[in-house]
Amino acid sequence: MNTKSLYQEVILDHNKKPRNYGTLDKASHHAVGHNPLCGDHLDIALNLEGERIDGIAFHGESCAICKASASMMTTVVKGKTRADAETLIKEFRDMATGTLDLEGQHHLGRLTVFAGVRDLPTRVKCAILPWHTLHAALNAVTTISTESEDDPMHAPIGDA
Amino acid sequence: MKIIDSTLKPQFASTFDIDRVRADFPILELQVEGKPLVYLDNAASSQMPQPVIDRLVRYQTTQHANINRGVHYLSELATAEYEGSRRRLQRFINAREDREVIFTSGTTDAINLVMHGYGRKFIGAGDEIILTTLEHHSNIVPWQMLAEEKGAKIRVVPINDAGELLIDEYEKLFTERTKFVGVLHVSNALGTVNPVKEMIAFAHARNVPVLIDGAQAVPHMTVDVQDLDCDFYAFSGHKLCGPTGIGVLYGKAELLERMQPFKGGGDMILSVTFEKTTYNSIPHKFEAGTPPIAAAIGLGAAVDYLSSIGLDAIAAYELDLLNYATEQISCMPGVRIIGTAAMKTAVLSFEVEGVHPHDIGTLLNQEGVAVRTGHHCVQPVMLRLKVPATTRASFAFYNTMAEVDAFIAGLRTVQKIFM
Ligand SMILES: Cc1ncc(COP(=O)(O)O)c(C=O)c1O
Repeated sequence: MNTKSLYQEVILDHNKKPRNYGTLDKASHHAVGHNPLCGDHLDIALNLEGERIDGIAFHGESCAICKASASMMTTVVKGKTRADAETLIKEFRDMATGTLDLEGQHHLGRLTVFAGVRDLPTRVKCAILPWHTLHAALNAVTTISTESEDDPMHAPIGDA
Repeated sequence: MKIIDSTLKPQFASTFDIDRVRADFPILELQVEGKPLVYLDNAASSQMPQPVIDRLVRYQTTQHANINRGVHYLSELATAEYEGSRRRLQRFINAREDREVIFTSGTTDAINLVMHGYGRKFIGAGDEIILTTLEHHSNIVPWQMLAEEKGAKIRVVPINDAGELLIDEYEKLFTERTKFVGVLHVSNALGTVNPVKEMIAFAHARNVPVLIDGAQAVPHMTVDVQDLDCDFYAFSGHKLCGPTGIGVLYGKAELLERMQPFKGGGDMILSVTFEKTTYNSIPHKFEAGTPPIAAAIGLGAAVDYLSSIGLDAIAAYELDLLNYATEQISCMPGVRIIGTAAMKTAVLSFEVEGVHPHDIGTLLNQEGVAVRTGHHCVQPVMLRLKVPATTRASFAFYNTMAEVDAFIAGLRTVQKIFM
């Protein structure tokens, strides 16, 4: 695939001006995600009101793919229920690893700009890290790593 | 498609028939993403020239059997070729005797051999091992394992901002408990060439043996283990235009003889009963089981190939490449070189303001340019220089000035995308 098509305007824009970047005053859930292969890390905090995510923020050190993925993720899951977020997490992960039928039923909307990573095995983890970290936060696992066994979504997704 | 630097070559100090050299490397003809491959990841692994590929084919098609076993034609032939390769490597590093050359699976395996064979026997509680900040993880982790097992301590030589070892500090680290020194000859991340000969002499004056990790040195300069007077010298075949799965540990014979075996099994024994096993003499004591015979023979062909070009000629040409690339990249706004030692091999690690190395790597690949991004297995260096990760272009003698230009043009494209 054409790599440049991954670095589309929308991704570059979210990288330069990440939404919901920073910390939350009031957070009920929190997790840190690491990609030890490149040293990147991402800190995600969110506040659940009942089943609804009413606040979410992230910060950290990462590449453009990861940062844009995190930024767009926060805009999409804000206001959604925990169950809806989990559905998106699964769909995003399936898309990034190439097992999702993009033509079929899904809820990813403009998140499909990340579909191109499925052809870049070394970058799949960059795109997925925010989603793994969100999953960990929702399930009260405070630290995850894309390499470790305790990554709740650990699965072979291409070697970096 | 081939890149030929006809315009720039005459301006450089070295004389080097780059076109002839490139013709030996079939992989350099590849197209990546519709562009000619520009392979600048040589510090991770180098490419293999046709004579080495041919040697592997000749071995597999006409010479293969297990070694040191059969009395039949092929076994004797394979054994002779394998031992012949050992002598090629002996000559390549100027070891005194061929039995000082042990075939391992690579640098990592060679260092682990020294840790188990020498370290576990001669290093004990309270003893100290000196390493440097620049070490590759492969020359850190085995010693940490030993330190943990034995209750030994690791002391670390610091570096300055240019990525050079602070030799005064090195000398201050020695105490009466210092039992071992491990230092890399050339830094894989920064290209720094360390003054290992002087460091070895200093350690020897205190009766401390020294292991040199030469993985990044042997492909780029003449290495003479007798001149260095190192006790151990480790390197990998795959960074030396040879196959993967093969490497060398050079060790002084008297040290190797005193060491305990690392792995147990066939070939490393003289006799085995359930009551007592007598170990084979060196080097066989350290080569348990069937070795990668083809790879060892391929490595012999690789060092012959490099010697035919000449390591001094290679070093001179690569210095031209480094100087040209450094000059070009220094002109780019927002680009900072990481690692500015006075003595360097052709390694260029750098940061681009506002762009993560991963994104640089992916986008350069789009231009056909292969570089390494990340921490390069040297997290302590990254921590010390306060960079989470870098992009690294590492050159070999088959790279051209035109490829430097392609790399720089690729970087400009990256900057434009992220503007
Ligand atoms: C300086 C240095 N030491 C050791 C190694 C490890 O070599 P290998 O993976 O071939 O065992 C490398 C390779 O990256 C290296 O650059």
